[in-house]
Amino acid sequence: MTASPITTWHTEAARVAAGIRLRVLEHVLANNGGYMSQACSSAELFAALYTRIMRLGPSIAPAVPLPFAGVPSATNPRAFTGAGYNGLKAPDLDRFIFSPAHYALVLYATLIETGRMAPEGLAQFNQDGSTVEMIGAEHSPGCEVTSGSLGQAISQAAGIALARKRRGETGRTWVMLTDGEFQEGQTWEAFEVLSAYKLDRVGVYVDVNGQQCDGRMADVLAIEPIADKLTAFGARVAVVDGHDLDALVAPTEMEPDGRPLVVLAYTDPCRGLEPLRARAPKLHYLRFASAAERIPYQQAFEAMAAGAKE
Amino acid sequence: MEILSKVYAKRFAAWAADKPEVLVLSADLTSSVEVDVFQKTYPGRFLSMGMTEQNMHSLAGGLAREGFLPFIHTFAVFIYRRAYDQICDSIAYPNLPVRMVGFLPGVLTPGGITHQAIEDVAVLRALPNLTILEVGDATEIEGVLAATESIRGPVYLRMLRGEVPRLFAAGEPFTFNRARQITRGDDVTLFSSGISTEEAMRATSVLQARGVSINHLHVSTLKPFSDPAVVEAAAQARHGVITLENHTIVGGLGTCVAEVMAEHGVGQKLVRIGLPDVFAHGASRPYLMREYGLDALALVRGVERLLGQDLKITEDDLSAVRLQEVHSASKAEAL
Repeated sequence: MTASPITTWHTEAARVAAGIRLRVLEHVLANNGGYMSQACSSAELFAALYTRIMRLGPSIAPAVPLPFAGVPSATNPRAFTGAGYNGLKAPDLDRFIFSPAHYALVLYATLIETGRMAPEGLAQFNQDGSTVEMIGAEHSPGCEVTSGSLGQAISQAAGIALARKRRGETGRTWVMLTDGEFQEGQTWEAFEVLSAYKLDRVGVYVDVNGQQCDGRMADVLAIEPIADKLTAFGARVAVVDGHDLDALVAPTEMEPDGRPLVVLAYTDPCRGLEPLRARAPKLHYLRFASAAERIPYQQAFEAMAAGAKE
Repeated sequence: MEILSKVYAKRFAAWAADKPEVLVLSADLTSSVEVDVFQKTYPGRFLSMGMTEQNMHSLAGGLAREGFLPFIHTFAVFIYRRAYDQICDSIAYPNLPVRMVGFLPGVLTPGGITHQAIEDVAVLRALPNLTILEVGDATEIEGVLAATESIRGPVYLRMLRGEVPRLFAAGEPFTFNRARQITRGDDVTLFSSGISTEEAMRATSVLQARGVSINHLHVSTLKPFSDPAVVEAAAQARHGVITLENHTIVGGLGTCVAEVMAEHGVGQKLVRIGLPDVFAHGASRPYLMREYGLDALALVRGVERLLGQDLKITEDDLSAVRLQEVHSASKAEAL
């Protein structure tokens, strides 16, 4: 290895981010639909988390995800979670709590790009009997809690972090959220508690893409200024360009100071995929209306794939 | 009959003494839900959550995933109405050992619609993985915590506070999924739960005196509802079955009994007494029990409907009853 460690990290993170967009686009083209804009907005965020920010052990889960083993119950000892893809749970290691369950495809792509899941695992996406679900749940790769009802993961993470604090664990608990979740009352309840209990080993990364199912958040229900509100709730807030890897990482290098850390990563929901802009403001789910609409996406895919080979 | 005070407060603190994994989550009603003794004794294990009920339930799920045994304490109504989504996804689906202790069920509070948990059993009974228990007296309060120890999943408890009678002998504790035999009889089978059992006992002694024998069972496990003694008792009644509960007649004890009777082909008439599919309002417990027909007199009228006769029992007859502590009929027989 001739490159400096920092250069190596940047190169790797950029490769992972490009790989996430490419893999998600490939999947969307093959399946005539998917959560595309979420990959465009959060690719660097996931890449930075998994390559630089989070201290995770290697995956202890099967490279090709196991089939669904049934819902948890007193009579089903075979039920499992997808936490193993984020490595062994250990006092000094970090944990990842994934909130926006409809970003699951982005998470799976991240696991593949970082060598935690086999590429062929994605073939099970949204297939009956599979854990690689469209809306991730706790059994899905990379997931540890069931979070599809938005706003619940941050509180569950607070419980996990509170438990870890009581045990004197040094590892941090990272939560990935989206800006839409700040419309939910529960998110603010959680921040009241995170602040009051000084859970400063909780770090929250928010993909602030300004989008929700019905369209632009500013049009659906405007909630800015998020940073001011969070600061008033006692959080330590960093506002960054969500496509700038250095900016994403920088806030995590500060020593915890008693406040929960929130990194508001402002992102472009069409980043790296220009044809997507034509669909604004409805970007939540991409399904091609016609063969003609598909063409520019196919062309974009081919250009991105060629770029990835260079 | 012995009346005891703050039974839960004392018992919970004593029971939790040697269980460091037990954490208490309270939502700004600490002394109102009798966890103040625990708070004073074990302040390090007491987590004040303020009025963040949705957050509190999800957070409890997180604690349980990490090996703690979280006990949520608040009014029953603020558990299932306020945080149903969180109970479902953060607690019940993952089958986590969270204990939700709901105080002031039904018409026990004069707080009106906003404070009265009248359909909690109906709502929560539909949740897979959840166990639902309801205590009827001091003896059951004292024993129910031990009874939850073998339950690995989540438990919802309909709890009593303040002055509580001891209806059942102290030596006969709460037993999971086992109905408690109060009286034996052939004419009518009666199932009651919670505070309704005390009310039912007032009626049964007068009914027995009029020659109507009542097979009375007190039910304290509402989910699962699979005690074979219930079906057996329902099948044996000469004139029919009657239920009495501090809950709407939709989805609670009466519905549980109806379901198992139908499933087992028990072809008996069934009279369900409870809130008759209406909301209650703010007033005292005795006033509401009279207004909505949840009291001993209402039970007598229900029995009369099953028998098709007027037993000429008056309110004075019922108020003259002095309840004695009950040793289970089965044990008495064995003696």
